[in-house]
Amino acid sequence: MIKKFSLKINKKVQNVQVDENMPLLWVLRDVLEMPGTKYGCGVGSCGACTVHLNGQAVRSCQLPVSALAGQEITTIEGLAAKGDHPVQKAWLDVDVAQCGYCQSGQIMSAAALLKNNPNPTEEDIENYMTGNICRCGTYTRIKKAIQLAASK
Amino acid sequence: MKKTDTNYSRRSFLKVSSLSGGGFMLGISWFATAKPEASLEALQMEATWQELTSYIKITPDNAVKIFCPNPEFGQNVMTSMPMLIAEELDVDWKSLEVEQAPFNTALFNRQFTGGSQSIRSAWKILRTAGASARQMILTAASEAWAVPVTELTTSLGKVMHAASGKSVTYGSFATAATKLPVPKGIELKGNSSFRLLGTPQKNVEGAKIVHGKSLFTMDYRESGMLIAMTERPPAFGMRLKSFDAIEAKKMPGIVDIFPIQVYEPTQKLAMFDTRSFNEVIAVVGKTTWEVMNARKKLKAVWEVSPETKELGMNNRDTIVPAGLESTKQHQAEMLAKGKLPGRIERKDGDPDKAFAEAKFVLERTYTAPFLAHNIMEPTSTFAHVKGDKVRFVAPIQGPDFIASTIATRLGIPKENIEINLARMGGGFGRRAYGHYMVEAALISKQANAPVKLIYKREDDVSGGIYRPTYTLTYRAAFDENKQLTAFHAKGGGVPESPLHANRFPAGAIDNYLAESWSIPTNITIGAFRGPRSNFNAAAEQSFLDEVAEYMGKDPIAFRLDLLQRAKSNPVGKINDYDASHYMGVLELVREKSGWGKPEHANKKRGVSAYFCHNSYAAQVIDLQVKDRQVRVDQVTSAIDCGVVVNPEGAKNMAEGAAIDGIGNALFGQLTIVDGRTEQTNFDSYRMIRHAEAPKKIEVHFVKSEVDPTGLGEPPFPPIFGAVANALYKATGKRFYDQPFGPKI
Repeated sequence: MIKKFSLKINKKVQNVQVDENMPLLWVLRDVLEMPGTKYGCGVGSCGACTVHLNGQAVRSCQLPVSALAGQEITTIEGLAAKGDHPVQKAWLDVDVAQCGYCQSGQIMSAAALLKNNPNPTEEDIENYMTGNICRCGTYTRIKKAIQLAASK
Repeated sequence: MKKTDTNYSRRSFLKVSSLSGGGFMLGISWFATAKPEASLEALQMEATWQELTSYIKITPDNAVKIFCPNPEFGQNVMTSMPMLIAEELDVDWKSLEVEQAPFNTALFNRQFTGGSQSIRSAWKILRTAGASARQMILTAASEAWAVPVTELTTSLGKVMHAASGKSVTYGSFATAATKLPVPKGIELKGNSSFRLLGTPQKNVEGAKIVHGKSLFTMDYRESGMLIAMTERPPAFGMRLKSFDAIEAKKMPGIVDIFPIQVYEPTQKLAMFDTRSFNEVIAVVGKTTWEVMNARKKLKAVWEVSPETKELGMNNRDTIVPAGLESTKQHQAEMLAKGKLPGRIERKDGDPDKAFAEAKFVLERTYTAPFLAHNIMEPTSTFAHVKGDKVRFVAPIQGPDFIASTIATRLGIPKENIEINLARMGGGFGRRAYGHYMVEAALISKQANAPVKLIYKREDDVSGGIYRPTYTLTYRAAFDENKQLTAFHAKGGGVPESPLHANRFPAGAIDNYLAESWSIPTNITIGAFRGPRSNFNAAAEQSFLDEVAEYMGKDPIAFRLDLLQRAKSNPVGKINDYDASHYMGVLELVREKSGWGKPEHANKKRGVSAYFCHNSYAAQVIDLQVKDRQVRVDQVTSAIDCGVVVNPEGAKNMAEGAAIDGIGNALFGQLTIVDGRTEQTNFDSYRMIRHAEAPKKIEVHFVKSEVDPTGLGEPPFPPIFGAVANALYKATGKRFYDQPFGPKI
C-alpha cells in the first residue's frame, strides 16, 4: 500500500510517498535520486547497498521503508559533510578502487567498523567486512585502507 | 630522443580545430595495427580493427583536458591512457582534467576494451598525439616570439625561452596553434626520458568513487525516464509460448508490458551478437521496485524450444540444440568424447611412436565448470529512441560492434546511434556482448519513452553468457631414465576447446601432439577474463608440476629446463611465446619468493607460470589448510608486460587478478540441472570474500624496455595452477576438478 513516510537521511528530513514495502535502497535510488548506495544483489548478500542506521551498518535492500520512521539514516553522500571522512581519505591514499561499484558499500561498512572498534585487528576487519563482495578483488587494499584510517 | 615511426598517415587521423571560446583541440582517431595472431586471440578480431579516439583540449587560460578513448571497467585506462598523452605533451598531470570520450559513429569507430590491448595499441598513437600538440604549441610560440623553435623548451604546460627568460603557458599559444598544420614524423621521447610514465599515479576517478557520485549506467537518470526489466524463460532450452499480463499491468507504477524479440530470426549475427534468450517480456514502470513486483504477477507459459539455427556472418551458421541440459550430462559427454580421437591441432615428431615405446606414461584429466561473470554492477542500459535516432548511456566494452547490430535491428543508419560510455561496474568479458542495448532500444521504441533497462542479479547470474565448461587430458611419456620423451594434450569442452596448441610446452618437446574437440550446447557462453587461457593454464601448470615430481626435479628448474630447450633449439615453427621472457618471470618469482631457500622449507607453496595476451606471469602461492579451510598467506607475482605505464594501477590489477583467480579456483562454479542454473544470486553463487583473500600479495614487474603488452588478463590464468600445486603440498592430494574448495 502506498503511504507517506518521513525519513531522516543525512541529518535532513525527507518526505516520500511510496509502497510501504519498498526497500530503503530503492527509495534512495529511484525516489530521492541518491545513487551513491548501490544495488548489487537485492538479497543482503553482497553489501553494495550498505548504509548506516543509527550508526550501525545495514543492508538497505533488506529494510522496508515502513520500518525506518524516526531513525537516523546515513548514506555515502552524507558520511562526512565535506566528503573527508578518514575512511574516504584512506581509500584515496591507498588507491583502493578498480571498477569502484562496490566501494560505497565497502566504505560504509568500514566506517561503521571503526566507529565501534577504533583499533581492529586484521581478523576483526576480515570478519566485519566479510559481507561486502568486491568482484575486482581489492580486498587487500581495503584492509590496508582500514588500517590506515584506524591509525589516524 | 628516439626516432620512432610516427607516420601513420594512411590509417591515421590527427585533426586540429579551434574551440568556441578560443583555444586548441587536437582530435585523435587512429587505426592501430596489432599483430594478428596472439594479440586479439580470444576475440578473434580482425588485425586492423582497433581505432582509438581521443581529444586534447587546451583553453587560452591553460586548462588542459584529455579525453580517454577506451571504455573504463576498472582496468584503469582512464588514468593510464591520458598519461601517455600527458607525458609527451609535457603538462602537469596533477592539474589536468580527464574525461571519458563518448562513442560516436559519426566521429569515430572501434573503441574497444578487451583482449588486454588498450595500452598496447595506444602506446605510440597517444604519445604521438601528445608530442604533436606540444610541437604545434612550440611552433606557435616561436612565431609569436620570432625566435627559432630550437631555442625553446617546455616544462609542465609552459613554453620557455632561456635566452630571454620568457616563460608562458601553453594556453597563450593555443588559439594560434590551431592555424598550424599537424606535424609529421614527430620524435617521441626515449623511455629513459619519461617523467610521468612509470611513476605511480592514482585513479583519476577515485574521489568520485569514494563519494558515491553518479558514474555508472545504473545511476543514470533523466526526466521522464522509465524503468524496464525483462522476464525470461526459467531455463536454457526453453522459450516463450504465451503470457497473460492482465494482473501485472494493474500493479502500481506499471506503464506497459509487451514481448520483444532481441534479434529477428533472419538477422545474421556478428561475433558479439549473443544473448541468452531471444524472446522476453518487457515490464515497464516508474520505479525498480514496482517493476520487480509486477514481474511476479506475470503469468507466462514457457515451452521447450526445438533445435534452432542461428544465422552468422560469412555463412557461419550455428545449430543450437534442443533439450534441457544438465551439468552431470555435460560431464558424462565430455568424459566420453575425451576418449575419442580429436581434431589434430599440432603434431611434432612422432608422438605415437614415443608413447608406444615409453617406459611409463603419466595421464591426468582436468575439468572446470561454467563460470558466471558476476559483474558487480548488474547489467543495465539507458536508451531513448526518437524516430530514426537512438541515444544510449551504456556499459559496453565494444560499442562499435553493437552499434552495427542495433542499426540493423532497428533499421536505422549507424550514424544515428549515439552511445555515451559510462564507467562500468566490472566487465571481465561480459560487457563485450551488448544484446541488452538492443533490448533497451526495442523497449524504448515500443514504450515511446526514455528507458533504463535493469537486470536483477538473478537475471544476470541465471541468464548469463558464461565461461565454457572445459576438460583437458594430458599424457606424458618417459623413458627408462625418467626423461620426458613425448607430450600429448587433448582438450575439449561445451561448446569449445580450451587448447592453445602453440603455447608452451609446445616447442620444448620433440614429440608433441595437441587435439581438440567440442560439444554443442544451448547454454550461452562468451569471453571471460583470459578466455581459454584461464583453464588451459590451470590444467597445464598442474600437470607440469606432477611431471616434474615424477622426474624428481624442482618445479621451477624443470620449467626452466624446458624453456631453455625452446630457446636454444625450438621444436616446430610456430611457437606463440618467447622463451626468454617466460624464463624471466620464473627467475624473478624464484628470487622474490625465496623459492628453495631453507627458511621457506616448511611452507606449502605452489608455482605456476603462463603466457597470454602478449605477456608473461608467474606466481608462487603460500597457503595452509586447516579444518578443510584454505588460508592463503602470500601470493608472489612476477610479471613481464613490457614497460609499465602506471605501476600503481598495474599492481592493483595484478592483485585483483590473484584474488579473482583464487576465488574461482576454490569456489567458482555455475551448475545446471534441466536447463536451470542452480546458482541464482550471491547467496548461492560462492564468491571469494575478505577473509579468504591472501594475507599478502607482492607484485614484481620485470624491468623492460619493450613496448607495453597486456595486463588485464595475463596475471589471472596461472593463479589456478599455483593454487592446485600449493594445495597438493598442503594436503598430499592432487586437485584435478575445479572448484577445489568443496573437495578439500
